[in-house]
Amino acid sequence: MSTATTPAPTPTAAPPAAGRDRSRLLRWWPAAVLVLLIVAPYSALPVPGLLDGPVGSPGSLQLLATCLLFGALATGYDLLLGRTGLLSFGHALYFAAGSYATNMFLLEAGLPFAAAAALGLCSGTALALVLGSVSLRVTGIGFSMVTLAFAQAGSILVSRNPGGLTGGEEGRAAPADLLPSWLVGIDHTANLYWITLAYLVLTLGVVHWAVRSPTGRVWEGIKENERRVEVLGLKPYGFKLTAFVLAGALASVGGLVHLLLTGGSTPQTTTSDFTLSLLVMVVLGGSGTRWGPMAGGILYTWADHRLGDLAGSGAVAELPAVLRVPLSQPLFLLGVLFVAVVHLLPGGLARLPSRLRRPRKEKK
Amino acid sequence: MSTIVLLTMTGLGLGALYFLIASGLSLIFGLMDVLNFAHGALLSIGAYGTWWAASGHLPGAGPGGWGFALAVLFGTAVGTLAAVVLELVVVRPLYTRPREQVLATVGVGLAVPALLSGIWGSDARTFPGPQALSGTFRLLGADVPVNRLVLVAAAVVVLVALRLFLGRTRHGLVVRAGVEDRAMVTALGIDVRKAFTLVFAIGGCAAALGGALGGLYFGSVDPRQGTSLLIFAFVVVVTGGMGSVTGAAVAAVVIGLVQQFANYYTAAGLGDLAVVVLLAALLLVRPRGLTGRLA
Repeated sequence: MSTATTPAPTPTAAPPAAGRDRSRLLRWWPAAVLVLLIVAPYSALPVPGLLDGPVGSPGSLQLLATCLLFGALATGYDLLLGRTGLLSFGHALYFAAGSYATNMFLLEAGLPFAAAAALGLCSGTALALVLGSVSLRVTGIGFSMVTLAFAQAGSILVSRNPGGLTGGEEGRAAPADLLPSWLVGIDHTANLYWITLAYLVLTLGVVHWAVRSPTGRVWEGIKENERRVEVLGLKPYGFKLTAFVLAGALASVGGLVHLLLTGGSTPQTTTSDFTLSLLVMVVLGGSGTRWGPMAGGILYTWADHRLGDLAGSGAVAELPAVLRVPLSQPLFLLGVLFVAVVHLLPGGLARLPSRLRRPRKEKK
Repeated sequence: MSTIVLLTMTGLGLGALYFLIASGLSLIFGLMDVLNFAHGALLSIGAYGTWWAASGHLPGAGPGGWGFALAVLFGTAVGTLAAVVLELVVVRPLYTRPREQVLATVGVGLAVPALLSGIWGSDARTFPGPQALSGTFRLLGADVPVNRLVLVAAAVVVLVALRLFLGRTRHGLVVRAGVEDRAMVTALGIDVRKAFTLVFAIGGCAAALGGALGGLYFGSVDPRQGTSLLIFAFVVVVTGGMGSVTGAAVAAVVIGLVQQFANYYTAAGLGDLAVVVLLAALLLVRPRGLTGRLA
């Protein structure tokens, strides 16, 4: 049972006379991609180079789900960065809060999964509300530093393992017996994949809806010029806090999905590097665009995984040390790629098509 | 009593390390509005440069006596050079886009530690140091490690040198004026971009020196060291008021002491938390930091 899995259903063969029809068709490409993604677990199509096994195999589904998860996370993070102009360096905290809080409600309180998940999400959102209301008292880069400090505090707290709650450097595995059976085990990877896909759709939907709402208009104003928003008689603080809490809540849901997907909470998700990688994804894809952050997140996660495999492969091991050492470090490659994108491709990948179309006009 | 003396000296040593990082960060931010996320990488470069030289790779340098001094000098010089290259190659082309400047330094801050761990491995390496600096000395009944004193002395020297440079020289005047109002300095016909490179060089120099001496303090170097110190340096910069060197010095001492005492008298790790709570409390009371300057 095989379906086409290349996510580019562009009908290039359409005749030029049917231009309007074509553009109308093109508007439906997200739905087509979504359908393809939904049926992907039933596909046995091998994608050499992109994935290790066939699309429907558990390993590939796990990687695809991770990619989608980070695509969604980056989209949620862009609510702050690209839509409201807030450069938060503490987004990892709310992601980790969703994961760890849910895990602790399961492990320590022995609550059923649904209750633990709900409480975990509430904890993450409440944390975003409290810390956001403190951090937003400072503006500009001061805000970035304060969010970074809070996230670092969370990271320290998790790694010190207070009362054996967080499991320290090891992290903590989720209790398999308390989770619904259809979410546990390698046979049910497809279910986890669909949950991740649902999370992605939810995030895209919420961000799309929020940005088009009246509040979203104010966010855009704050991003462009906060002083002018104040002059209009609006208080930016409340709007910024709304964006912060909404992004934090979305990140908490992401943490919950991550908990299910990886079967536990790991302290790597609390580090500032985690937030920085979200930042890299958003900027790579194109901050402030609808699809850019998602594309950046998917691309980054895929590259991170595949570059790690590349580093271990024989082709790299035979290279001279000057080339081998940098190539064996995915973070080095991604860091350099990021600097290159910032320099050469302002607006990220999402702006690439229009830049290719009008190479002259875009130059200032 | 001896515990308090030891904790105070350790806290001061840590504060000195924070100051060495934060002074450069603060100046760079004050002048250019760039939060330099690659500053931790500069510190790591200084630490690894010193370690490399002191391990006998540089002729004349070694783990003892003047050889070590040469190694520190080498590490600091490499760090300074790296900072200048960073400014010229990565930051300068983005002059009109301050946010992208920050993002570019984030990329460098990710890439450099990865490269270091690619070359020398991600595990901590033992840091060689001269015999004279690895011992202890008695102060008010406590055995205080000498390296704390070295760090404090280096920080004081850097503070005095920076104050003299900023207060007594023409370049320092341009930097101070630039922190105050960059547009006005440019309007007066002064090329502020030279001051940018200068400030990056100074910051890189101080951070690399901090890395070299931090190796003594921790007894080892590892690629992640700079990044983890950077975060506390950020706390120092915000607390001290951005762009102020003296504010950074005061804040560094306060943060270092609070962290040490809280770590000792409460559970380990709580001191690191206490620092952040302190920052939050301070921002609630005075949103502009200790010296009341926030761009």
